[in-house]
Amino acid sequence: MASVTSMTFVIALYIFMLAAFTGYVVISRVPSILHTPLMSGSNFIHGIIVIGALNALFNATSIAEQAIGFVGVFLGAGNVMGGYVVTDRMLAMFRPSQKAEPARPEQEKPGQEKQGQP
Amino acid sequence: MFVEYCVGLSGLVASGLFIYGLKAMSSPVTAVAGIVAAGYGMLFVVAATFLNLFNITPEARPNLLVNVGLGVVALLLGSLWAGWRGRTVQMTSMPQMVAIFNGMGGGSAAALAAVELLGNHDIPLLPLSVTVIGALIGCISLSGSLIAWAKLDGRIRKPFRFSGQRAFNAALFAATVVLAVLTVMRYATPSAELPRDLFFGAALLLGVCMTLPIGGADMPVLISLYNAFTGLAVGLEGYIMNDPALMIAGMVVGSSGTLLTALMAKAMNRSLTNVLFSNFGETGG
Repeated sequence: MASVTSMTFVIALYIFMLAAFTGYVVISRVPSILHTPLMSGSNFIHGIIVIGALNALFNATSIAEQAIGFVGVFLGAGNVMGGYVVTDRMLAMFRPSQKAEPARPEQEKPGQEKQGQP
Repeated sequence: MFVEYCVGLSGLVASGLFIYGLKAMSSPVTAVAGIVAAGYGMLFVVAATFLNLFNITPEARPNLLVNVGLGVVALLLGSLWAGWRGRTVQMTSMPQMVAIFNGMGGGSAAALAAVELLGNHDIPLLPLSVTVIGALIGCISLSGSLIAWAKLDGRIRKPFRFSGQRAFNAALFAATVVLAVLTVMRYATPSAELPRDLFFGAALLLGVCMTLPIGGADMPVLISLYNAFTGLAVGLEGYIMNDPALMIAGMVVGSSGTLLTALMAKAMNRSLTNVLFSNFGETGG
């Protein structure tokens, strides 16, 4: 049994409105190549539910609450870690075009040999 | 008091980093920095949550050690399993992994609501209604995402359809809403268990029945929609938990996910109502 909210409903509505507008503005000019990584990234962000589940579990008083709270924390932790790992792997596909760590040695060597030969 | 300040400030830092991370992720150049920033925010806020142990209700104090143990074990199990799955899975099956992790988030929100409904018998009407709505959305997101995962993973090969399905789904939705109202109404009495349990069952079934007729080609759009659903559920549950960080993170994902769903549907030349209510996209399924 966690503490019941002490926030007035109107303040909650203010927070919801501002947050909803923020989310809309932040996303509004995304190129379509980033749709899937962004979906995965926002999937990671709503994993913050794990802290709500943790708080509920910390305040559990019965076996049923402990069991459901345990499941909730497990699912939330999976959401966080899975969301991060998947987003990281998706975005790793963008890295070679900037840093080109694996690709450059193979491309540069022939170029240097050509420059060196004449 | 000091603990409340620390936890509150950690939530503030985390939600700031989330918004910055989301903004950075909408450009290819800064995308990697964005997810890393959001990751640090998450690490920070989860660590700070353990400060709440100094602040629990007197009724829960005898269970403190058991609860902390359960929490740590669940955190480790969940993150290790998901990390292992996320690292080892084939790159081509990424969309279904997003679906399953999103479903887990929805399930977590629903479980949180269930714990609150189990323990508290004195929630005022308004927060109670918000909790039940959040539970409904979370349950739909959980079971719907699992069906979407099964479809993309090739475990359900054909869209499951029968005549009068739309009417059946509408009736199921109406029944779920009635059960939700009954849960709210009879909550103060001890006999609240039956409508509440039936409500959770009906909400899970609704997610399954909503997703089954939709073809495999439309699944990415649908997963994005369920992603927005989970965000909304998280935001609503954040209100009952009295945690603005949950409300902000959840609602930002809720609105950006809705916009993203519309953008994805548009990129595929489909409208959202088309995806949800017509069987047009079945060729790919």
